[in-house]
Amino acid sequence: MHPAPSVILFTVSSGAGYGALIWVGVAAAAAGLPPDRWLGFVLFLVALGLITIGLLSSLFHLGHPERAWRAVSQWRTSWLSREGVAALLTYIPALLFGAGWVLLGTNSGVWTVFGLLASGLAVLTVVCTGMIYASLKPIPAWNNRWVVPLYLLFALGSGGLLVALVAGLFGQSLSWLTWGAVLLLAVGWVAKSGYWRAMDDAHGRHDIRAATGLGRFGQVSALEAPHTSENYLLREMGFVIARKHAGRLKGIALGCGGAATLAAAGSALSAGGISVAAAGVAVALTAVALVIERWLFFAEARHAVTLFYGTLAV
Amino acid sequence: MTSLPTSTDKKLGLVIDLDICVGCHACAVNCKEWNSGGHSAPMTDRDPYGAEPSGVWFNRIHTYEVTNDRDAGQSRTVHFPRSCLHCEEPACVTVCPTGASYKRAEDGIVLVNADTCIGCKLCSWACPYGAREFDEDDGVMKKCTLCIDKIYNENLDETDRVPACVATCPAGARHFGDLGDDSSDVSRMVAERGGYDLLPDMGYKPVNKYLPPRPRRAPQQETDTAATPGESGSDVASFLGWVDRMLSR
Repeated sequence: MHPAPSVILFTVSSGAGYGALIWVGVAAAAAGLPPDRWLGFVLFLVALGLITIGLLSSLFHLGHPERAWRAVSQWRTSWLSREGVAALLTYIPALLFGAGWVLLGTNSGVWTVFGLLASGLAVLTVVCTGMIYASLKPIPAWNNRWVVPLYLLFALGSGGLLVALVAGLFGQSLSWLTWGAVLLLAVGWVAKSGYWRAMDDAHGRHDIRAATGLGRFGQVSALEAPHTSENYLLREMGFVIARKHAGRLKGIALGCGGAATLAAAGSALSAGGISVAAAGVAVALTAVALVIERWLFFAEARHAVTLFYGTLAV
Repeated sequence: MTSLPTSTDKKLGLVIDLDICVGCHACAVNCKEWNSGGHSAPMTDRDPYGAEPSGVWFNRIHTYEVTNDRDAGQSRTVHFPRSCLHCEEPACVTVCPTGASYKRAEDGIVLVNADTCIGCKLCSWACPYGAREFDEDDGVMKKCTLCIDKIYNENLDETDRVPACVATCPAGARHFGDLGDDSSDVSRMVAERGGYDLLPDMGYKPVNKYLPPRPRRAPQQETDTAATPGESGSDVASFLGWVDRMLSR
């Protein structure tokens, strides 16, 4: 699948934003964050900022961005529509929660209800994002049980790091949250390498014999293409990445992701400026690792339509 | 609405005979011609006279080679037209976030409303058959309409009320009809010839069916007849044998 920058930016940025929002709601409810107005302002700026940048970037992916409002109508059948609905609904409690914190200087009592509501809706939004991909049968690399948990793990892990970093900058030590992010990211990267191994070992769910129905007569191979230059189908769904390059990129992603997780653990174990600096390094490395991971998620996924163009199995 | 109709009154679709198709691309060309002025017009081309032409087509004609160990050294060439199969379970419709994609309850045709499509391309990801092609100029998704503006067009003679691809096929490899009606010509054809679904495991239940190439004559027979001249020892007999073989093709 074509790795469109807008969708990579959207899933990484919004994922981290929703992850941060989830932790902010939970941390406030657990009385883990003081109702400091500036702390609240920066937390919501980061979380809602990343979410909004991501959503706007996904709009650029559309042929008709001005009609995007129509996308909330088909939530009965479409995961993309459900994601849109969940994303918009999340803003309501999130903005109320933020208003209470930043304008009224309170994040306890009834305000925690808004915070937890925002957390819940944010989880739902990330699940919907994952389900958009996991529900597509023509793409076996997405249509499996790994995809939704991985989206959740990376959203929660990267978001947790962001909240810990912001809190650290305001002199708040949230080591329990940092440890939570360490655990989630460690599990996330182990699961991701498991996913990569499973995809490498997969023999293909669909093949050219079933696509053409000619398998009953023998081995099928494409003799002549229907057109001489690339068409939309091949540009969008026929993206091919060399195995060698994919292997190297996976190494870089795992290296950065692993180093980030260690840096986060270092941040949880230390205090003061060192802890904040380590959290900053962890955030930066995780961002790099996740952009590569997301790029590969698209670039490596093979679509069943390529079977008609001669791919033997996907 | 992207919820699918529980059942459709008719299941209009195509039956494509792979035994007959000669791979001439006339169906694709006439499809482009008709639809350039039809329901989903225009079918935009980019760089049409340049080095890398690219455009929207609803029909793509592939050619495959099928080889088999049993008849070593012999392979079969199969021309294979590919277009929308107007599935009974079209995921391209259910994934659509706006309701622009829909399946008609009256005849089962899958269509796109170009006025409400946001061009998110998700439907093209959901289709394993590559039936949907994005129009970069219009910013919306386009697909085969089964010539909705031709098959119901009362200004045309009744014989002309078939999709452009069917009307133009010089070999008679494409047939149009109601596959939901067991007594229709197309349904009978499918029953007689063992018409099949593409990628049946995907679960999309395509309405369009493909008729397999007929079994080839056993190569053993041909070697037998080729051996006769030597046995009979007569040139006349071998000439008559050749005429017989030619005429019985």
